[in-house]
This record gives sequence, C-alpha cells and structure tokens, in this order.
Amino acid sequence: MSRAIALIDGNSFYCSCERVFDPKLARVPVIVLSNNDGCAIARTAEAKALGIKMGDPFFKIREQCRRDGVRVFSSNYTLYGDMSARTNAVYRDFSPAVEIYSIDESFLDLSDVRDRDRVTLARDLRATVRAWTGIPTCVGIGPTKTLAKLANHIAKTIPDCDGVCDLTDPVAYDHWLCRVSVAEVWGIGRASLAKLIGLGVDTVADLRDLDPRPVRKAMTVVGERIIYELRGLACLPLELMPAQRKGCAVTRSFSRRITERETLEQAVAAHATRLGEKLRRGGLGTTHVSVFYHTSEHDRGDPMRSVSTTVTLPEATNDTLALIKAAQAGVARTWREAPGDRPWRYSKAGVVTTDLMALDMAPRALIGQLDRERSAPLMAAMDACNARFGRGAVVPARAGLTEKRTWSTKFEMRSPRYTTQVTELPTAHA
Amino acid sequence: MRLLQVAELPPHSASTVRIPIQGAALCAGFPSPADDFLEGALELPRWLAPNPPATFAWNISGDSMRGAGIFDRDLAVADRSLEPGNGSVVVAIVDGTMSVKRLVLEGNVARLAFDNPDLPAFAVEDLVEGEIWGVIRFSIRWHVARAGLVR
Repeated sequence: MSRAIALIDGNSFYCSCERVFDPKLARVPVIVLSNNDGCAIARTAEAKALGIKMGDPFFKIREQCRRDGVRVFSSNYTLYGDMSARTNAVYRDFSPAVEIYSIDESFLDLSDVRDRDRVTLARDLRATVRAWTGIPTCVGIGPTKTLAKLANHIAKTIPDCDGVCDLTDPVAYDHWLCRVSVAEVWGIGRASLAKLIGLGVDTVADLRDLDPRPVRKAMTVVGERIIYELRGLACLPLELMPAQRKGCAVTRSFSRRITERETLEQAVAAHATRLGEKLRRGGLGTTHVSVFYHTSEHDRGDPMRSVSTTVTLPEATNDTLALIKAAQAGVARTWREAPGDRPWRYSKAGVVTTDLMALDMAPRALIGQLDRERSAPLMAAMDACNARFGRGAVVPARAGLTEKRTWSTKFEMRSPRYTTQVTELPTAHA
Repeated sequence: MRLLQVAELPPHSASTVRIPIQGAALCAGFPSPADDFLEGALELPRWLAPNPPATFAWNISGDSMRGAGIFDRDLAVADRSLEPGNGSVVVAIVDGTMSVKRLVLEGNVARLAFDNPDLPAFAVEDLVEGEIWGVIRFSIRWHVARAGLVR
C-alpha cells in the first residue's frame, strides 16, 4: 500500500449551497457576489457558459444578468460555513485524517485504502455527500498533495472522469501528466509560468522532468518542492492541527464612503470588538494594535489619504474594551480635518495585530497592569450572550448597535440563513 | 423585571448534538471567509437526529398532510440519509416547488399522495419529473404561539 491523498471540493460551492434549498435555481445560471456585492466569486456552469468571469465587477455585468436571467446572490457566509461543516462531517466518516484546506476544499488521507479500492471509495464518498448534503463534488487522488490537486482539476474538467481522477494509478499518471498544461499546477503563478515557458516547459510532465536544482535558483525552494511532489515524493504533510496564529486582522470595506470622525471611530471600535472575539477564541493576547484607514484608489480626482499607526498596550490582552481604547487612540493620533472644502472620503478601515501570544504565557507588566481578573469574566459573559442570542446581541456602546451601523458591509441579495436561524428555515408546501 | 441567567454554554454532552458538527472551523490553507458569520447550529438531541450532517429543518405551509399529523405552520425535520420507501413522508420537488407528500410505490410506479380526506388522492400521478429531496423523520407542532422563538 502506498501513500494516497484525496482532494475533494464542492463544485461552484457557494452556488451549490443556494441550489440545495431553492429548486428554481436548478439548471439556470447562478452567481454569488463578494462582500458589498462587489464582484462575481462563484458561478455555475451555466453562468460560465454565458462568459461571466471570476472577479467580474457586478456593475459591469448587471445588465447582462438581467437580460440572460442570471440569478444573483450576495454571499451568505453563514449558510456556506454551515454546509461546509456538514460536508466535512461526511468526509470524516470516510477518512481518519481530514485537513480542511479552505471553505470548500479538504484533503483526505486514503493511504489505508487498497490501491484498487480507492476509486470505488471516492465514488461512494461523492454519492454520499451529494445525497446527505445536496452538494456536488469532485475528487482527485494522488500520492502527494500537488498531484491530488492536479487530479482534482482533471476530474473537474474531463467529463469522462465522472468526477473522480486517481493519479496513484501509474497508467492514469502517465496518461495525464503529458496532456495537462503546466499552468494548472498548484503553486505555479503568472510569474513562474512565464519563467517556465522560457525554459521550454509546456506540460506538467515537462516540469516534472526538469532538474530541480537550477529551478531552485529561478523559482526558489517552492518550485523545487513542486517538482519533487509531481514525482510522487511528498514534501507537504497533511496539516491536521491548524498552525498557531501569529497574526490576526479585521478589515472591512465600508458600504459607503465615510467622511465623519465619529463614524470612523465606531467602525474601528466594531473591528476591535471582532478582533477581541477572535483572540479570545484562541486564548491569545496581543500587545500591539495597528489601525489603518484609507480612501479608495477608484475615486480618481478625489483627495487621497492613507493612514496607518500602531498603538502599544502596557501588556498582552484580549479585552475588547482595551482593544477599542487602543484602536481609537490610533484614530485620535492620525485624524486630520481636510484642508479646504473637500473632505477625504474613506473607503476602508481595519485593525491588525502581528504579535499574538498565548495569553496565559504572556509576561505581566510591572507598571500599568490591566485588570485581567475583572475583564475576563466580563468578556466571557459578553461572549456567552452573543453565542446564545446571536452575534451582536451585546456590543460595547462605542462599536454601535449592529443594526444602526450605516457603514456595514452590504449583502442586499442574500438568501435566508436556511440552516442556522429558526426564523429563516426554508418552507415546504403541504 | 425578569433576570436572565447567562451561563457558560453547556459542554458537548453525549446526548446533545449540533447540526452540523461545528468541528474545527479553522482552515489550514485559507482563512475561511465564513469565519465572521458562523452561527451556532440548531441543536437537536442525538436520539431525534442521529445523522446531523444530513438533517435539515423545514417550515410547513398548507394542510394537505393533515392525515399524517402534519399541519400548517408545523416544523418538519428531514433526514437526507434515510432511504425513501413506500409510505415515507418526503420533501419532494414538484414543479419547481418544495412540497411535503407521502410517497406511494406500486410496482415500478412512484406517486406522491396528499394525506387529507378533503383532497384528491394523488398530487403527482407518476413521479418521473419530480425529485425526492429528503425523508421526513419527525415533525414538531407548537401548542403556543410561535412568536418570539429564541434559540
């Protein structure tokens, strides 16, 4: 038995989630938009056939969508996150080791499955995920992650594969590597692709047969690693435990341009609130909070301004109130009233930390100690309220009530949260 | 004034399951864009919902299934891992609409039936075009107003 890794992913995952609950979406073009309904980030095969590209700005394709009957949705991340958790629960029934790589892709260890049974198992897995969750998937199998990813691409694009491709099979391996373009290899970006074409590399097999050492000079150690992975030598292990976070950022584009200081202060306070929740979930703390805000590069002719500053805390904390104070100090330090009558119109703000540490390991300050003994129970109570009564049920006043924020990300065409909200369940007619 | 006790969330006991299993929602590759929007799953006990990833709750609208004890404004829970058989109450897609009907299998003919003496027997005479979405495992009936449901 040899090492075998499967990469399974949902086909047009966000669109497929929408289709599970709305039968009218079957066989019609569907797209899902990014935050603030900016650009297309998921498309069904029917939408792709109409020429809608990944990342097309919605304002440019709005008219076409209306004309061609494309169903357009804002992203419903609550639903996609829930459906993703369901698919991964099914994957865990099929493999002892599952690495959740992204919201719609997971690596499964199939090394314990006999070579000749792998494709059967993959077909069974696809059918089960489809039956239990309604999500269509494709499975690629290979001796390494890079080959599993390549196999997944083949499974997805070659109809004869019927959604499964196994490159641990030597016949399939020899057949496909000289037929697939090197551009499809995981980790080959535009820059490396240009270099490889210069070296006369055309297919995946060409890249596999390069001498890795000179490649290391041209494409760094990453390029060298890809070559070994294509040869079947695993360089990338399954990451079953997510790595300890070193940094954390909460950044958002506003739904409108912002010119008033109070609104900006509210936004960074809301971002700091979210940052605190994220840190507490991991038991982490930080001693530095960076705040940034800037105008939009799309507003040509408007006065431009981009600001970033770092505020130091006396000791590590994940207390939302301390983080808000720091974030607002950052605004106070950098806010300027615009000279003349044209204010800066800010489009985005964020809070960022880069020095996370486990809070219980962090050294205490000698001077200016924060009151951890009082803040910890307060934060725990706030988190418990928000878990029980819904996100934003309890917020610090400076962050503003969720429904009164005028700058929050827009999701104007969002479908109901079908699976997590009692009040938004789908309806069946009896 | 009523005082609401906000306690720690109950630990995952063996008798309570979350739908779905909100396992480590941490991705090794890309941070999940869903991270800021995750909500606690609707909780059902394991003996009611033995297969959480395949379990979905539906609102019922209409009275055509009174004979099965399913009424307007009830809540029905579908388990997509159950195999539909003769007599199963199912969520099915009929003319592009989700509907709840009883599946009747006779030989190799599948039909969807109403379960209400005031209505004709069959909603769909031959289930060729229709598609079964899931099998209803149980339904819930409220005996007080549903308004103000809080998780």
